[in-house]
Amino acid sequence: MDTAGSFLPIIAALPFVGALFPGLMIRAGRNTCAAFTASATILALILLLLCVPAVMRGEVLTFGIDWLPSLGLNVNFMLDGLGLLFAGLILGIGLLIILYARFYLSREDPMGQFYTYLLLFQGAMVGIVLSDNILLLLVFWELTSLSSFLLIGYWKHLPEGRQGARMALTVTGLGGLAMIGGMLILGNIAGSYDLSVILTQKEAIQASPMYLPALILILLGCFTKSAQFPFHFWLPHAMAAPTPVSAYLHSATMVKAGLFLMARMWPVLAGTPEWFWIVASTGLITMVMAAKIALFKDDLKALLAFSTVSHLGLITMLLGLGTKAAAVVAVFHIINHATFKAALFMTAGIIDHEAHTRDIKRLGGLRHLMPITFTIATIAALSMAGIPPLNGFLSKEMMLEEVAHAHWIGPHWLMGAVATLGALFSVAYSFRYIAHVFLGKERNDYPAKPHDPGFGMWAAPAFLTVLVVLIGVMPMTFAGDLVKVTAQAVTQAEPHVKIYHWHGLVPALWMSIIAVLGGALLLALHGPLMRLWSATPRPEAKVMFDAVTRAATSLSNALTDGIHNGALTRNAAVFAVAVIIAGALAWSGGNALGPTREALPVTLIPAIGWLLLVLATICLVAFHRNRFLALVLMGIVGLMVSLGFVYFSAPDLALTQISVEVVTIILLLLALNFLPRETPAESSPARRLRDAGIAIVGGVAVTGLTYAILVRDFAQESISAFHLANSYKGGGGTNVVNVILVDFRGFDTYGEIIVLGIAALVIYALTETVLKGPGGRWLANWDAHRYAEAGDRHPLMMVVATRVMMPIALMVGAFIFLRGHNEPGGGFIAGLIVAIAFLMQYMASGFAWAEDRQRVTYHATIGLGVLIASVTGIGAWLNGRPFLTSDYGYLHFPPIEEFEWATAMAFDVGVFLTVVGAVMLALNSLSSMARRSGETVNVFPMDINPARENAPNEGEA
Amino acid sequence: MELLFATAIGLLTAAGIYLVLRLRSFPVIIGISLLTYAVNLFLFGAGRLAINLPPVLRKGVETYTDPLPQALVLTAIVISFGMTAVVVMLALGAYLSGREDSVNMDDGTAPEQEKEA
Repeated sequence: MDTAGSFLPIIAALPFVGALFPGLMIRAGRNTCAAFTASATILALILLLLCVPAVMRGEVLTFGIDWLPSLGLNVNFMLDGLGLLFAGLILGIGLLIILYARFYLSREDPMGQFYTYLLLFQGAMVGIVLSDNILLLLVFWELTSLSSFLLIGYWKHLPEGRQGARMALTVTGLGGLAMIGGMLILGNIAGSYDLSVILTQKEAIQASPMYLPALILILLGCFTKSAQFPFHFWLPHAMAAPTPVSAYLHSATMVKAGLFLMARMWPVLAGTPEWFWIVASTGLITMVMAAKIALFKDDLKALLAFSTVSHLGLITMLLGLGTKAAAVVAVFHIINHATFKAALFMTAGIIDHEAHTRDIKRLGGLRHLMPITFTIATIAALSMAGIPPLNGFLSKEMMLEEVAHAHWIGPHWLMGAVATLGALFSVAYSFRYIAHVFLGKERNDYPAKPHDPGFGMWAAPAFLTVLVVLIGVMPMTFAGDLVKVTAQAVTQAEPHVKIYHWHGLVPALWMSIIAVLGGALLLALHGPLMRLWSATPRPEAKVMFDAVTRAATSLSNALTDGIHNGALTRNAAVFAVAVIIAGALAWSGGNALGPTREALPVTLIPAIGWLLLVLATICLVAFHRNRFLALVLMGIVGLMVSLGFVYFSAPDLALTQISVEVVTIILLLLALNFLPRETPAESSPARRLRDAGIAIVGGVAVTGLTYAILVRDFAQESISAFHLANSYKGGGGTNVVNVILVDFRGFDTYGEIIVLGIAALVIYALTETVLKGPGGRWLANWDAHRYAEAGDRHPLMMVVATRVMMPIALMVGAFIFLRGHNEPGGGFIAGLIVAIAFLMQYMASGFAWAEDRQRVTYHATIGLGVLIASVTGIGAWLNGRPFLTSDYGYLHFPPIEEFEWATAMAFDVGVFLTVVGAVMLALNSLSSMARRSGETVNVFPMDINPARENAPNEGEA
Repeated sequence: MELLFATAIGLLTAAGIYLVLRLRSFPVIIGISLLTYAVNLFLFGAGRLAINLPPVLRKGVETYTDPLPQALVLTAIVISFGMTAVVVMLALGAYLSGREDSVNMDDGTAPEQEKEA
């Protein structure tokens, strides 16, 4: 049993694996492609057959892997009778469809794509019926919606195909969303998401107050998928798909998924009045209504589509009755419907393929032209009509028997009467399929000369028709055991399965006779009735659907355009106001408590710093139009912030802030070289007032929030204590901030240096793009002398000073880096300092001069940094530890003092290199713009060098 | 001192919001930078203010400042430099390519129709 159980994930995975091949194999020809597709299905089918003996003995095969146990999402599969029936249908009919599609698709159709989609769909369906975990089932459920979208819209050039695909996706997707909710509620009640557990919790689930919401949500998913009223409208539109798709999705698989789920959940959900009213009523209404519409459809596939909806309604109704006997009939009819309906769809496809039309009004008299197709279609259609001794008769008779004893609304006979009416319509449209297509006079105006297709195309429907006859004649031999084991899975009890043709003079017999005679009569009156039908107005589902979709689209468009109309200012204002409102709501919802911390005393020096910051900020806003001045003021703000960090015991932050400040200001200065120096006054006073209003409210709110936080202690125990306690023991460093960066939160830092590297590369790419485009051409014509320039652009003093400072700055960088683990410092700060040291050279002697002396490209520096950090992290794996676990120890080389090593140091080297590379690449990109604008490239380190013999003449530089 | 700290953050925020709502790219960048200061200070303040308390382990010292916000803010400062640099390049690229440093799409709706908003 264990071996058979382990087949289950393989069966579910095989179609997905197989889906990789058709796209590749199509190059080897259409036959090879089809063969490869079929082989995946055949393999899965063989594995499934190997499981048959165990399931037939009544065992339930299971297989489980924990995936996300904390969420209750596990890859658990199970196979019982119900799963076996559906998996068999999906794989078996799938195989026939693959064969049929090989001959159906024309040379122009991309067959590789078709088979890939088909196998994806097949895998998703198999996944649904084998899942033991309802969350896993939901994943597969959504996959069927997506893959059926691809299949229905396969003929991308047809607008009907695209619209039908969208409609199917919208309806089934929405139903799927509802079902997710229902399943979560169900799992919550049962305390597990595993079906095998849920199915044992009938009392708890039905007693729960959440039973009804869960039931409605799950049924929404089932009804949309199985095209039950009022969601039936998508199925006929999905008929724009190629016929193999219709035959597969809409006879045997996708629309049966809803039925499958109702059958699956039957043991826990059925049996209540709510279940009966919702499910049985929906089924009954769908069955009659769709059967009536089917009678008046001239398109063969539309006729079959509505007949499918009707039969799904029939099965839904049977499940809805909630009795064990009705469930047995439902199971039996699922088998029968799959056989005759798939065969009928394929014959419709054959007629379309050979006669080039499937409009009934243009057909008729085909029986002599297409004798084989005629035979197949007649047998299948008679089965659909419920004519003895075919299998459709058996299940329809049993259905009528069940309904005759059920009580719905009104008088006792009402449900039986309505069901008989449905059966009557069903007989009528089945007869019409035979009479108006094959019987009657042969015509001479067919769009193409009809003839029987090759064996490959009629083999599949013929096989199914043989099944129709065999099950019909000897039901207990060919279907009895399967029905029994499936019904056992559905009802969770030993079912009483006895299928035979003659029940005696029971009500069902009379109902059947009425249905057949009435149906024949209806067909005889079809002409006048059709005129009456055409004359009566009726709601058009597609028009309503389109109107709803359009309304939803325009609503979301209005909302999006209202918030974002291409004006960043409006978007930012809306955002700021929204945040303020959200904050106000949160504030009013809670209650601010009084201070619990003693305020720190205000001393003179910090007060001066605060004053400077406030003045600089106010001036910055007041004079922001003068961009150069604004930068100077921003520098003051940044300096004050750095000093604030020093004062409030954060030396690492102060070091970082001040170095970033320097780099940022240099960057902005370089950028300002090309941007206008002044910001024009554009906004109206009213607008400025509005913006100031938003800004002041925002500022006051932030002040209040900050103050409220600062004066209170932590609401909960802070995790910082852990970091302080373990910094030395676990990370081997006394500078807790640095240890957090390279050890505790090393993964964060790792991500951040990668982001930084990406940012630098983005800047580089942007610059290259701009320089290649119109911006570059404009720069080339840039008037380099439009602003007054210093006469001595590379002054002697500065050049000499920076040369002397270079080794010192590098030394400081190395020092800061090395002490980082135990004292303030580290890779980030050292990287910034070294970058500034390089920048000084750039400023003193010009970009070109410095660049000539650069050996390693900045891209390589960034890459190397990330690489070193990664290798350090991966190194932990070699010791069997998680990524980035650090290690440390002590080395002692006499006579030098003992010193510490830590793998975190190597990680910090990576940080260091990335920071240097990123900063330099960003500034270097800007400098390449300057070069394009005609910036003079100096050959010498400084403009005026007294030591130089050949000093340039005046005006030559 | 807490009040001074809080008002400084509030002022930086207000100035940042006001400048972000301007129509040209350069003040917007400055505004974003001011907001960055405000946010970094705010995050830092979440560890509560402390004077003369080391974040570095020392023998005989019992109380320390909160190191966690410091570590988070340190990377935030460096990352915000990266972000500022990218935004500056975007603004510069847009200006050089289109000779226009307005932040709003110029399709006739902005900034004139903005007034009615």
